[in-house]
Amino acid sequence: MRVRVDLTLCQTHAQCVFAAPEVFALDDDDELVYDATPGDASWPAVEQAARACPVQAIFLDGD
Amino acid sequence: MRRVAIAGAGLAGLTAAQELRRLGHDGEISMIGAERHRPYRRPPLSKEYLLDDTTDVALAGTDELSATWLLGHPATGLDLAGRRVRRGALPPVPFDALVIATGVRARTLPGAGELRGVVTLRGLDDALALRAALAGRPRVVVAGAGFLGSEVAATLRALDLPVTLVEPDSVPLRRPLGEQVGAIVAGLHRAHGVDLRLGRRVAGVTGAGRVERVHLDDGTALPADLLVVALGAEPETEWLRGCGLRLDHGVVVDHLGLAAPRVAAAGDVARRPSALLGGELVRVEHHGNALEQGAQAARALLGVAAPFDPVPSFWCHLYGHRLQSVGFTGAGYDLRLVTREPDGRFFAEYHRDGRLVGAVTAGFVRRLTACRRLLDEESRQPPMPPSGPSSMTGPPGTTSQGATGPVATR
Repeated sequence: MRVRVDLTLCQTHAQCVFAAPEVFALDDDDELVYDATPGDASWPAVEQAARACPVQAIFLDGD
Repeated sequence: MRRVAIAGAGLAGLTAAQELRRLGHDGEISMIGAERHRPYRRPPLSKEYLLDDTTDVALAGTDELSATWLLGHPATGLDLAGRRVRRGALPPVPFDALVIATGVRARTLPGAGELRGVVTLRGLDDALALRAALAGRPRVVVAGAGFLGSEVAATLRALDLPVTLVEPDSVPLRRPLGEQVGAIVAGLHRAHGVDLRLGRRVAGVTGAGRVERVHLDDGTALPADLLVVALGAEPETEWLRGCGLRLDHGVVVDHLGLAAPRVAAAGDVARRPSALLGGELVRVEHHGNALEQGAQAARALLGVAAPFDPVPSFWCHLYGHRLQSVGFTGAGYDLRLVTREPDGRFFAEYHRDGRLVGAVTAGFVRRLTACRRLLDEESRQPPMPPSGPSSMTGPPGTTSQGATGPVATR
């Protein structure tokens, strides 16, 4: 399963960092960084993160 | 558990339905919505939706739910023993399990409802009507400088409309964010050309069929074509009166999210105990809360819920600045403005009994995420004992969200 974030849409509301901190984080410049291929155990949190995104910038692809 | 009824077709209700399906519930799901719309994103309604008629607010995934959509008519009563939701003269909806997610409704201005040009902003149809009204380039008065009123004022200034913002309190957002942060917001409004009237309330509206003048309590009459009433919201619980559930400024739920066996409540309408605040009941009107409580409601109905104490979080757009929070903020806590930069960025913390309970920032987002982690850990600690008469902790029914609790954005 893969995660893709459209960084041209992202405004760093950080709701994904709150929902799935093991997958999404902010770097020193407050830019979003993320693990594009998180493990299955993270998937419910990643789905919650995608729903939580205020600008709907997180896209998920199943296997 | 074959039949689940979900009263309220907003984000909390949708998330509950999605989580039920994800966890394997293959029985009926009936979505009962007062509005004619399927679930949509509410935060843009006071922001880009007012500026750009191509903004799409529909929430994805409603077709995949295989739900029965009962839209356009609200739930009007709950027969708890008979396990039925009433819908006026329409057939009632029987259920084995129920999610209450009816949200809140906008407070109105007493006596002003008869005139055209007096509007509230809560639902999608409200936003459509407001957007249509803006095309006539009205002179606007906004009553209430809370999250909604402040955001609407900022959005209308982006359209270069003349805006007078009337707030009874000493600064905007004083109750939810405290005096110093409210003063920063007041500065932003003034710097962007809003005529900010603090310590004043709207006393009345006059006009021939439609609003022409908005009268303040000091006798000022403001010429206006549009009055946006943004005086907060009330939990939508009228339909539950006398049904047997505990109602106290919302539907009171336990630490699992249940109001009664196989009856959960989620989102803006639910009032839950917060471990972070020593068990105080809180009702949170934030977007993220609707998601978290919606998912928790599904787990609770399926009997797989763990106790739950989500850390609230909101965001609010003002003139290119973005206010973001974690935890509990408000005038009732000890506010420490720890960083303030000339460019408008700031970071403020809120403490209660010497313990961090929340933070708000414009611009220091990574620091906010660190704060969130700390609060997550704290909320898993055993609650602190009450410390003296100022503590809000008390027996159920005596706690009050009041002036210190989370008062929130959409």
